[in-house]
Amino acid sequence: MEKRVTFKGIWLPLLLVLPQILITAIFFFYPAGQAIWQSLFIPDPFGLSMQWVGLGNFEYLFSDRYYRASFVTTAVFSILVTVVSMGVALYLAILADRLIKGSGTYRTLLIWPYAVAPAVAGVLWLFMFNTRVGVVTWYLGHLGYDWNHVLNEGEAMGLVVVASAWGRISYNFLFFLAGLQAIPKSVIEAAAIDGAHFWTRFRTIVWPLLSPTTFFLLVVNIIYAFFETFGVIHTITSGGPQQATTILVYKVYSDGFVGQDLGSSAAQSVVLLFIVSILTVVQFKYIERRVHY
Amino acid sequence: MATLTLNNVKKSFGKTDVIHGVSIDVEDGEFIVIVGPSGCGKSTLLRMVAGLETISDGEVQIGGRRVNEEEPMARDIAMVFQNYALYPHMSVFDNMAYGLKIAKVDKAEIAERVAQAAKLLQLEPYLNRKPRELSGGQRQRVAMGRAIVRKPAVFLFDEPLSNLDAKLRVQMRLEIRALQRELGVTALYVTHDQVEAMTMADRMIVMNGGVADQIGKPLEVYANPATEFVAGFIGSPPTNFIDGALLGRNGTTRMGVRPEHMRVSDSGKLKARVTYCEALGAETLVHLACADGTLVTVRQDAAAAFPEEGAEVSLDWDISHEMNFDLSGQRV
Repeated sequence: MEKRVTFKGIWLPLLLVLPQILITAIFFFYPAGQAIWQSLFIPDPFGLSMQWVGLGNFEYLFSDRYYRASFVTTAVFSILVTVVSMGVALYLAILADRLIKGSGTYRTLLIWPYAVAPAVAGVLWLFMFNTRVGVVTWYLGHLGYDWNHVLNEGEAMGLVVVASAWGRISYNFLFFLAGLQAIPKSVIEAAAIDGAHFWTRFRTIVWPLLSPTTFFLLVVNIIYAFFETFGVIHTITSGGPQQATTILVYKVYSDGFVGQDLGSSAAQSVVLLFIVSILTVVQFKYIERRVHY
Repeated sequence: MATLTLNNVKKSFGKTDVIHGVSIDVEDGEFIVIVGPSGCGKSTLLRMVAGLETISDGEVQIGGRRVNEEEPMARDIAMVFQNYALYPHMSVFDNMAYGLKIAKVDKAEIAERVAQAAKLLQLEPYLNRKPRELSGGQRQRVAMGRAIVRKPAVFLFDEPLSNLDAKLRVQMRLEIRALQRELGVTALYVTHDQVEAMTMADRMIVMNGGVADQIGKPLEVYANPATEFVAGFIGSPPTNFIDGALLGRNGTTRMGVRPEHMRVSDSGKLKARVTYCEALGAETLVHLACADGTLVTVRQDAAAAFPEEGAEVSLDWDISHEMNFDLSGQRV
């Protein structure tokens, strides 16, 4: 039986949800609406007048080879961040799950990076890999490798991926560990008696039983890589070199606030809005329908 | 099918000893029940045989071969868990076939062996279902089927019936016993239920605090318990214990008499007051309290007249039914 609270009138419930509605309206609906509105105009350089262009901004956007390249960059970046952060997190979770003593300590230590803001994490990694004074760069130099992510596109991408994935490992680790611990020990033992060695057990029992967790994390991490990595990219590479790390979100910022092309920037926001709504639908459709055994 | 030998098997977790050396020779095809209260180490003992716990000291042999260092899969055993431990994402067929698939058994043979087991366990209509679509009893059967198809040398059962309701438990206990006889496989069965132990075992091991207090045939153990613990644990209602001092004997002994061997009479060995009577139809349990507060139960035939509650009566028994124990609980 579902317990429902019933109200007599309409005013009290309305009052109770009003703060949430106000916040959503001011910080989401209003800017989103404004972005859609602005995407249909081109403002003059001084922002004094606006000219109606219809879908002109979008047409121009998709014919722009830099914008199309940014899609590829975003895809590569998101896949790398997701795979790296989930892969490492799963590995650590498996190790922590096997521990009997001291797993609490490891868990606490592994959660710490999650508390570090993306921009701070970015600066942290930037210090380590700074082309002149970075400690890792120095060691790499001794090994005969000349690290320079300011010039080398691959190295720049690698660095922002690592920096973005790092803080995310904690989050994924927690979910994977909880998922692993939800699998009854006796099921694993039964598989061991049935003759399955560790890797076979993982492939045939653990991985399938973990799949709801994995799928949830997959969607959440893609959304993270798409939208929340701005701080890392801004502090480390600012989208460079040669736009090699300019993901869609960063391009919205750099075209709009650096390039002052507000119409195009607004159009890009609308495209992102569209992408995030698709991801949200996917998330709700498949994740809310949790697999129950 | 094989013999199973435990030779002074011990287990300790850190400095805590949980099993203090258990030895038994199990014959081929024998059904051994390990019974005891929770925390007595019975499950740990079973898990050591299975290879899920390391053996701290002593030796486990299956079919005359030392298996202490072997992985569970190399020991030629199958285990049925208390919570069944079925693979929730696999069908009944896949659950049963899992071990055979890993052993790379020929597909046709897998199908045949699973079909055989399914027929034996009346699971044929459910082969395509997932475990969550089955009832408790059916899940139990699938767990049994998974053990059967691999044709192991030894069956291990870890309280397999404790998640079932009382009626189903009685039925499954008969089925498990019949199945084990039919297959002729050696079995080690852990339970805390002394009725299961009495009805299923060829021989039983009564465990108490990590020690095997007694190993023997159920009726022998019942008739002739080696320790005070065994006398109290096996049998329901439990044995009545009376301090020697109360009987005017040596105060360092305790005397036990089973409820069915005691009778209420006008003149007897001990005075007691009737607290209440339970008429169960076939028999009546008369509960009494002695002068020092010791509670005593007398089991008498339903036809016999039972005393009024609150009545002062005497208790009598034959000397031959007395079981005497010293202060450490050992039989004297």
